[in-house]
Amino acid sequence: MILNTYLCHPKLFFLSTIASLLKGEIGYISEESLDEIPLKLLEMGCLPGAEVQLIQLAPLKDPIYINVNGSHLAIRKETAAIIKIIKAH
Amino acid sequence: MASNTNIKIALIGNPNTGKTLLFNQLTGLNQKVGNYPGVTVDKKEGKSKLSATHTATITDLPGTYSINPTSLDESIVLKTLLKKDIKSSPDVILVVADAENLKRNLLLFSQIKDLEIPTVLAINMIDQMKKKGISIDLNALQKELNTEVILISAKKNEGINDLKAAIIKCHVAAKASPLCAVNHKIDADYFDRLKEISPNHSIYELWLMVTQNNYPDSITKEEKENLLAFKSDASKLKKYQHKETIYRYQEINRILKETYIVDKTKATDLRGKLDRIFTHKIFGYFFFFLILLLIFQSIFDWASLPMDLIDGTFADISSYLKRELSPGVLTDLLTDGIIPGIGGVLIFIPQIAILFMFIAILEETGYMSRVVFLMDKIMRRFGMNGKSVIPLISGTACAIPAVMATRTISSWKERLITILVVPFTTCSARLPVYAILIALIIPNKKIFGFYSLQGFTLLMLYVLGFATAILSAYILQKTLKIKSSSFFVVEMPNYKFPSVKNVFFEVVEKTKAFVLGAGKIILALSVVLWFLASNGPDSYNNVEQNITSEISNQDLSEDELNQKIASAKLEHSYIGIMGKSIEPAIKPLGYDWKVGIALITSFAAREVFVGTLATIYSVENDDENTSTIKEKMRNDINQNTGEKTFNFPVGVSLLVFYAFAMQCMATLAIVKKETNTWKWPLIQLFGMSGLAYICSFIVYQILS
Repeated sequence: MILNTYLCHPKLFFLSTIASLLKGEIGYISEESLDEIPLKLLEMGCLPGAEVQLIQLAPLKDPIYINVNGSHLAIRKETAAIIKIIKAH
Repeated sequence: MASNTNIKIALIGNPNTGKTLLFNQLTGLNQKVGNYPGVTVDKKEGKSKLSATHTATITDLPGTYSINPTSLDESIVLKTLLKKDIKSSPDVILVVADAENLKRNLLLFSQIKDLEIPTVLAINMIDQMKKKGISIDLNALQKELNTEVILISAKKNEGINDLKAAIIKCHVAAKASPLCAVNHKIDADYFDRLKEISPNHSIYELWLMVTQNNYPDSITKEEKENLLAFKSDASKLKKYQHKETIYRYQEINRILKETYIVDKTKATDLRGKLDRIFTHKIFGYFFFFLILLLIFQSIFDWASLPMDLIDGTFADISSYLKRELSPGVLTDLLTDGIIPGIGGVLIFIPQIAILFMFIAILEETGYMSRVVFLMDKIMRRFGMNGKSVIPLISGTACAIPAVMATRTISSWKERLITILVVPFTTCSARLPVYAILIALIIPNKKIFGFYSLQGFTLLMLYVLGFATAILSAYILQKTLKIKSSSFFVVEMPNYKFPSVKNVFFEVVEKTKAFVLGAGKIILALSVVLWFLASNGPDSYNNVEQNITSEISNQDLSEDELNQKIASAKLEHSYIGIMGKSIEPAIKPLGYDWKVGIALITSFAAREVFVGTLATIYSVENDDENTSTIKEKMRNDINQNTGEKTFNFPVGVSLLVFYAFAMQCMATLAIVKKETNTWKWPLIQLFGMSGLAYICSFIVYQILS
């Protein structure tokens, strides 16, 4: 749904990465970074179009605790920085 | 009556799906831990009665999210499933999924289904479904998945009989078809060519062999060469793997859309509330610290009673047998070698069991993942991983299970560093050594009016162990030239009430691993020790006569005379000679030949130190009064220096030595097994013992 809105009104959204999410914020994994997402994360539910919510940050914002598609995962900042998302303004 | 059929079942599922509980429910105490041929990962196997005519041998495979492995544990799943020999390949695969995370769980299921082995799907935790607003259209799901699907609750033991019936049915039918046949959607031409290589294997199996570089024996040399040709374009493989996963999820989403409904309004946010505390930047660490305090407190408090009991019982058995049996070499071997040896192993069980009970509870509740999350950044600074925390805590009981617990760490460098530094943590074998030395050199006083100075010293030794582990990890991180990708992802499972059954089985299993691993070595050593201490060259045999004639003019009681003889005998025994010959090397550390004996004997297992000193200070076996050992040690005079053997500088030097030195053969053996080379255990042996020597030398020279 949100992806369709994004395609119709691209100006309402901007590209970013999971690493830039603030606590509680939501983004949607973009198709663009598909090849860079590690296979294991794909398998655990980090699929393009999936909703990502940042639940908690460890000190120094690393690692981060996210909810993707109902999977609750902790990943490191370096991994989060390569997964592109689209975010609403 | 029909003959009895045994079905080989492989139990597979994501972590945190209740797979282990289901295994325990199906097999009860009827399980054993073995080894997979060629690899070191434990293989858990159990027997179960399915019906009057069918039994099953169930193998509990390590939990994994996908058949594509990223750690040593997970690679077992792939290896087991690709194997095609009749003897060890499973007849039926039982996939366990968790009702709450069905979508993600079905990814693994869809991969397994494509292997074309008969498969049954058990959806677990149905007792939670209503509360979480989940409803499943079972019939439609069975049809879509083309598989027997059984709803179960491993916790409440519901649906288990249906599950058993389904397994038999599936085994009899023995038909299996792929679920997604996903590969053709990616690149039909490419996969057609792949399929042509071997008619005996499914297309997905061949694909796994190519992507995972794992070729079972059923593949001929020629076939393997053909498969290798498919590996040439690595980026293509990666791309196809990504596409495969996405197609699988599309298919799963399509199926679940019709059959699996979640009413989100019913969800309670217990996880969110607890996470706000447990993963909090300040409270999270505070809470973790409290739990650690609780664990260490209970190891000391709760374990001391059963430990004293075991100690006393074995001393009693020894002295009883000594009285009852006719004297001789065999009696001596039994009462001075074997029985104290067994006691020396069993005495560690209470502490190990209590520690592993706590660890099992922390893992079962889901809290351990939060600790991994909190600690990852800190541990990474020192070249380790958030997951290294579990081995480091386990190491306070025993390094052996701790080294095995590193298998979940997927980065080889981080795992190796963790393995190398784990023996620095204060294991339970060091405790008796610390206890007697502290009692000798630290006055029994209170500081600030309430805190025992002796207890404080012990705490400092724990801190010293951890600090050294962390520091050496830092040095290793800077010096080890190993390239390994350190990919890190941890699932944060829902909080659960721990299952008593799982905790109990886990404790039994870990304790057994210790008794069988370290126990054998400790027992064998105590027998060797007994031999070396009770035999010697020619001079040994004349000792008794010499002593008797030497001191015949002195007015000694029979007891005192016997003790003098025992002491002198030890001095002239093989072990005494060994002690004397290393004296020059240990003199700079402040030790004399008697301590030297204890150092040699405890080289293979630290805890032997106390027993050896007890023998040296010739305490009668049937007089198990430790204060006498302590008194004798306290008053003993070092013949070289003329000072007390165990004065303050020597005591501190010994404490430091035991904190650092690598004195555990069982640990070296397990490190060799886990790293597959003697290189790393030898580095541990010389590195740690060298550090111990240097530090003890410095400490002694400064203090004396």
